[in-house]
Amino acid sequence: MTLTDTNPAGTAKLTTLDARGLKCPMPIVKTAQAIKTVTAGEMLEVLTTDPGAVADFAAWSRSTGNSIVEQTVADGVYRFVLQRK
Amino acid sequence: MTTTVAERDLLGLLESAVNEAPVETIVPAEATQSEVEAPVRQLVIINWSGEFDRIMPTLIMANAAAAMGYKTKVFTTFWGLLPFVNDQKRIVGENWMQKMLAFMQRPGISHLKMSKMNFLGMGPWMIGQLSKKYQIASPKELLEAAEALGVEFMPCQMTMDMFGLKREDMIDGMGEPVGAATVLELMTQPNTASLFI
Repeated sequence: MTLTDTNPAGTAKLTTLDARGLKCPMPIVKTAQAIKTVTAGEMLEVLTTDPGAVADFAAWSRSTGNSIVEQTVADGVYRFVLQRK
Repeated sequence: MTTTVAERDLLGLLESAVNEAPVETIVPAEATQSEVEAPVRQLVIINWSGEFDRIMPTLIMANAAAAMGYKTKVFTTFWGLLPFVNDQKRIVGENWMQKMLAFMQRPGISHLKMSKMNFLGMGPWMIGQLSKKYQIASPKELLEAAEALGVEFMPCQMTMDMFGLKREDMIDGMGEPVGAATVLELMTQPNTASLFI
């Protein structure tokens, strides 16, 4: 499975974690719990409004080996598409 | 442009590698590096204070570390042990002095005082209201999350004896009582960060 072939714009099955409004460390904590619910190679979308998440998700990704495949921000909502290792 | 045989072989190898593993092309470089052989990292916290403003960073750092895959251990000692008494317990201890201590400082994660601006509970109440307003997790929520993420809590045996606390007085996730030597051994292991909060 490649991301570009099967999931061009978030159309394929994508688990979403809505962590909007939550403050540190809960976006990372909820993400760590949610990533266990998807199988290896699958994507998890996380929405958060915590500006600290930009640095925190990068650190989390480096530490856990789960990759950030997409990262956008719109109207104060940070969106991360993570791929489970 | 001319290419040597060696260069053509290299190009062929690269092409076949790309065709065989298309998933690899979307993985950011830094993620593949940490995948290679990341040693197990560890966070050890000595939690010696039972106050709201110190329990918070203890639990936040413990949660973040556990979420990042660190082996996380919290050694709770002296006043730092009382928040990890089961929230439902009111008076704990065996003799009148221990019971009196528990009466003056109600144990449990929902009954924390602040190190300053406590003002007979007014400070914690205001912080609680502000936390709700800004959706900041309460110590109780953070403790539950930490337990769910597998943070290990270790009580100090000496403190258990001093306060007259028994294993059944403590939260469900509390591990076996240990002493200073155990904690020192943990703290001096490789790839270990230790905090004294």
